[in-house]
Amino acid sequence: MQTLTQRLANPTRFMELSARILPWIAAAAAVVIAYGLYLGFTAPPDSLQGETARIMYIHVPSAWLSMSVYALVAVSSFGLLVFRHPLADVSAKAAVPLGAAFTFLALVTGSLWGRPTWGTYWVWDARLTSVLILFFLYLGLMALRSSIEDESLAAKLTAILALVGIVMLPIIKFSVEFGNTLHQPASVIRAGGPTIDNALLVPLLVMAIGFTLMFVAMHLKAMRNEILRRRVKSLQLAEVARAQSTQLAAAE
Amino acid sequence: MDLGPHASFIWSAYAAVTVVIGAIIAWLVVDGRQLERRLADLAARGVKRRSA
Repeated sequence: MQTLTQRLANPTRFMELSARILPWIAAAAAVVIAYGLYLGFTAPPDSLQGETARIMYIHVPSAWLSMSVYALVAVSSFGLLVFRHPLADVSAKAAVPLGAAFTFLALVTGSLWGRPTWGTYWVWDARLTSVLILFFLYLGLMALRSSIEDESLAAKLTAILALVGIVMLPIIKFSVEFGNTLHQPASVIRAGGPTIDNALLVPLLVMAIGFTLMFVAMHLKAMRNEILRRRVKSLQLAEVARAQSTQLAAAE
Repeated sequence: MDLGPHASFIWSAYAAVTVVIGAIIAWLVVDGRQLERRLADLAARGVKRRSA
């Protein structure tokens, strides 16, 4: 009796399953995000920040995903190094550029929210600086992988760096508690429950679910592409090997 | 829809998300199609994996 992970470890089986569920997840993401945008733009303005708080509906899901995707990269890296799961490296490699994009969006939307709210696009406080370091960490993972020719060595070294970098997640999470910062403390996931009024919280949660579904769809598609890329590479190597053996046979 | 004096910041944030997400989706779709085409070309030339 195989476990679910053992059954999914087969790339061919993963391709079959993902082809079936990807359209449904992508459609669900589009519907939920559309509904979230409708709720977000019809919600009342915030009592303190007014209309500017509508940036929250894209900034917070992007920020959540920037950290969640890194956690996924770390878990996938662990799966590669410890369990040698065939799809673990595919998952990690596919997730890194997506995580970098969501971190970039968290920084950009945060800056655009910060200018009218704080009077500045950027301040070197703990929260903003730690998220910027996370963005550089994502870029570092991509750079490290692309700088090493040997696919297997690149995967292992990138996985080790990803596991070392996981220390950034608690630093980012608790950076707003460290001292003076312009960034507000946690207001949704916190002890004692959310401090946001339901009129604003519901659109935010709907958008968060929509963004998460969108990431799942993107990740599945990126994993499918990576599996195809590896198949193309192995076939090209086989073609070169066949051409060389043909030349050798002709020379003899 | 009137978003007040800071409307440009709100629309810029939503535009940034739309552009970046749109670019990623486009890249994923185009990359996937190119890879499928290359696989089909290799298969048409009769190339098989060494394990096959």
